[in-house]
Amino acid sequence: MQPANQHSGFEGEKEKILGRIREALRTEAPHPGHGPAVDRQDEKHGPQSSPIRQWLPFAGETFSEKLELFKSNATMLRAQFALLESKDELLARIQSLREEERWTKVGSHSGQLTDLVCRELKLPICRTDQPYQAADLETCNVGITECDALIAQTGSVLVTSRSAGGRALSILPPHHVVLARRDQLLRDLPEGFELLKRSYPPSYPSFISFITGPSRTGDIERILVLGAHGPKKLTILCV
Amino acid sequence: MSAPSGQFKTQARQLSADLRHRSIIQTALGKYEAVRDKTRDAFQDWQAARQAAAQIKWDAVNHLDQYLLQFVSNLETRGTKVHWASTGDQAKEIILRIIADKKAKCIVKSKAMTSEEVHLNEALAHAGFEVVESDLGEFIVQLRREAPYHIVFPAMHLTRGEISDVFARELGSAPTDNPEELTMIARRVLRHKYIEADIGFTGANFAVAETGMISITENEGNARLTAALPPTMVTLLGIEKILPRFEDLALFLPMLATMGTGQPLTCYNSFYSGPRQPGESDGPTEYHVILLDNRRTVLLADPEQRDALHCIRCGACLNVCPIFKNVGGHTYGTTYSGPIGSVLTPHLRGLQDWKHLSYASSLCGACTQTCPVKIDLHHHLLQNRRNASRQKPSFGERLAYRFFAFVVNRPAVYRLAKQLGRCLQPLHTLVKGGPLDPARAWTRTRELPRIAPKTFKEYWRERQPRV
Repeated sequence: MQPANQHSGFEGEKEKILGRIREALRTEAPHPGHGPAVDRQDEKHGPQSSPIRQWLPFAGETFSEKLELFKSNATMLRAQFALLESKDELLARIQSLREEERWTKVGSHSGQLTDLVCRELKLPICRTDQPYQAADLETCNVGITECDALIAQTGSVLVTSRSAGGRALSILPPHHVVLARRDQLLRDLPEGFELLKRSYPPSYPSFISFITGPSRTGDIERILVLGAHGPKKLTILCV
Repeated sequence: MSAPSGQFKTQARQLSADLRHRSIIQTALGKYEAVRDKTRDAFQDWQAARQAAAQIKWDAVNHLDQYLLQFVSNLETRGTKVHWASTGDQAKEIILRIIADKKAKCIVKSKAMTSEEVHLNEALAHAGFEVVESDLGEFIVQLRREAPYHIVFPAMHLTRGEISDVFARELGSAPTDNPEELTMIARRVLRHKYIEADIGFTGANFAVAETGMISITENEGNARLTAALPPTMVTLLGIEKILPRFEDLALFLPMLATMGTGQPLTCYNSFYSGPRQPGESDGPTEYHVILLDNRRTVLLADPEQRDALHCIRCGACLNVCPIFKNVGGHTYGTTYSGPIGSVLTPHLRGLQDWKHLSYASSLCGACTQTCPVKIDLHHHLLQNRRNASRQKPSFGERLAYRFFAFVVNRPAVYRLAKQLGRCLQPLHTLVKGGPLDPARAWTRTRELPRIAPKTFKEYWRERQPRV
C-alpha cells in the first residue's frame, strides 16, 4: 500500500478507478438481457405516466379500489389500519389506544394532525423535531408521526425526515402510529416517486423510507417474528 | 489442485451426504419458493420487468464513470465525504482512519456483504474495536464465529436449538426453543448498542446517481437504527450498485424483495442522501461513503461477462441451484456463494484458484432463468471453464485426448482396444472404487457401463441374409 495523504485517505484512487472503468468500457458489451428490448414508454397511460407501472402488480384507479387494496395489504402485513370519518373519531381512537396500552410518554413532532392528537393526549412528549436525547425517545411507548403518502399497491407508508419527525421517531419506540389524510392515499410505487420528485427538489430530506408493515424477521428457521429491532406494532389512522 | 478446490471437494462430499443439513435447507427453501411464486405471479408482466431491469442495469454499468461522478457530486453537495478504494485493504484503512479520527470505540453494523468481502470485522477486532452485527442472522453467525451461510439468509443452516445454545453460551440467556423469545433476546442486547455506538456502519443495495442517494433494503429495522442514532455513519458499497434514475427504484425495490425473500416489498426501504441537513434534528452529523472497486473493474473489462455486475444480490440463484441446495453455502469458501459466487469469485480472487467453482454446476440453467436482471449465469460458468483451460491447459487432459484421437483414427487399433476392453472389464471388479482403479473418480459413486458383448457392426453383419 502506498503512503497516502494523511488527511483524507487515498486521493489518487478516484482517478485510477475512473481510468480503469473508462479503459474497460472501450469494448462494448452485448445487448442487455436475452430477450426482445422493452420500450420504457407506458403504452396504456401515455408518456406522462411511468412505464414501470404496466409491469408491477396491478393497483386500483379509484379511491375505493385503492382503499380496499391498502386495507387488504395492511391486514396481510399485520399492520392496523382504520379509515376514520372525523377528527373527533381520530381523537377517540387515540384515547382508546392510550388506555389499552397504558401509554405514559409519547414521541412526536409538530404537524397539523400530530399537534391535534398530542394536545388531546396530555402526556409528557419527547419532540424529535427539536434537539432531543435518543435515550429519552427510547423510553416512549409510542412514536406518533405524520407521513408523505400511503401506497395502496404495497400497503406502505412513505415517510421522510421532514414529514415524520426525523430518522428515529418512526423506528425506535415499540409502537408506530401514523396519522394520514385520505388525499395522501396513492396508487402505486411509481406515484410515490413522482410525489417525492414533485415535492422536494432541489433539496431532498436526508432520509426517506417506505415503511411496509411492522418490523419483522425470518432469520430463525424462516419463522416470522414481529418486532425484530423496530416497532412491534404499526397503526395507520387515516382521516 | 488449488487449496480452495480441495477444501470444496472435501466439504461438498461431506455435506451432500449429511441428510440433516439437507433437510434444514430444503425446508427453508421450500417456504421461500412457495411465497416467491405467489408474489412473482402478482406482477402484470414479470418477463418485461426483468428485461427492463436488465436494460437499466446495462445502462448503469456501461456508463459507470458518468453515473458514479453524478452520484458523488450529488452526495458531496450535501456534505457527504466520499472515498474511493481500489482494494479491500484501502477500504479498511479508510475506515480505520475514520474510527481513529472520531476516537470511536464501538461500531454498530448492519448487514453488508462488501464488509464480508474485505474482511472488515476481523480487521476492526484485530485493531481492538468492538464491532456488533445488528442483523439478527448476522448477529447469530458472528456469535458462532462463522461466515454468513447465504447472502440474504445468513443463519439459514441453524435450528432454533443451535441458536438457543449459542445465545446461552455467549449471552448467558436461558435456553428456549421459541423463535420469538430468541429474537427478543437479540433485540434487548442490541437495543442499547445503537445508542452507545460511536459509528454506524452500513452497506447499500442501490446507489441512485440522479439524486445522490443510497438505498438500503431490510426487514428488521436494524439498518434504520444504525443510520439514525450514532453520530457518524459510514457506508461501504461496490461501484456497480449504481442506478441512473430515482424512479428506477420503483421497479428494483419490489423485484429485489420478490426474488430475495418472496415479499412484495420488504419492511423498510430507506434512502439516505447525506448527514443531518439544516433544519433536521437527528441523524449523523458526519456521513462517509466509500466506493469499493476490489477488482470489479477487472470484470468490467470482460464484455462477455460484464452483465455479472448487474447483480443486485437477491440470492435467487442460490435458492434454485441444485448444487447449492446439496453442498450448502459454507462449502464454497467464498463471500458470494451459489451460481453468482461461482461466476464472480474467479474474477475477484483469481481464475486458477477458483476455476473449480465453474464445475460446481449441473448447467441446468435454473439460475439464469430466475435471475431478475437476466445475468447469463450458466453460460458464464462455461466461459470461465474455457478461459481457465485456455490460460493453463491441463497436461493430463491433453495427453488423454491425444491418445483417444490416436486410437479412434486407426480402425485396427480401435478394434484391438475394443477387444481388450471386453476381456479386461470383468477384471475391473477386483479394483473397482479402490485406490488402484484408474477410473476411480467415476466409479467411487457410480457404475461404469458394461461394454456390449457385440459391436453394432458385428450384430448387423450377423443379421444379413446369407447369399
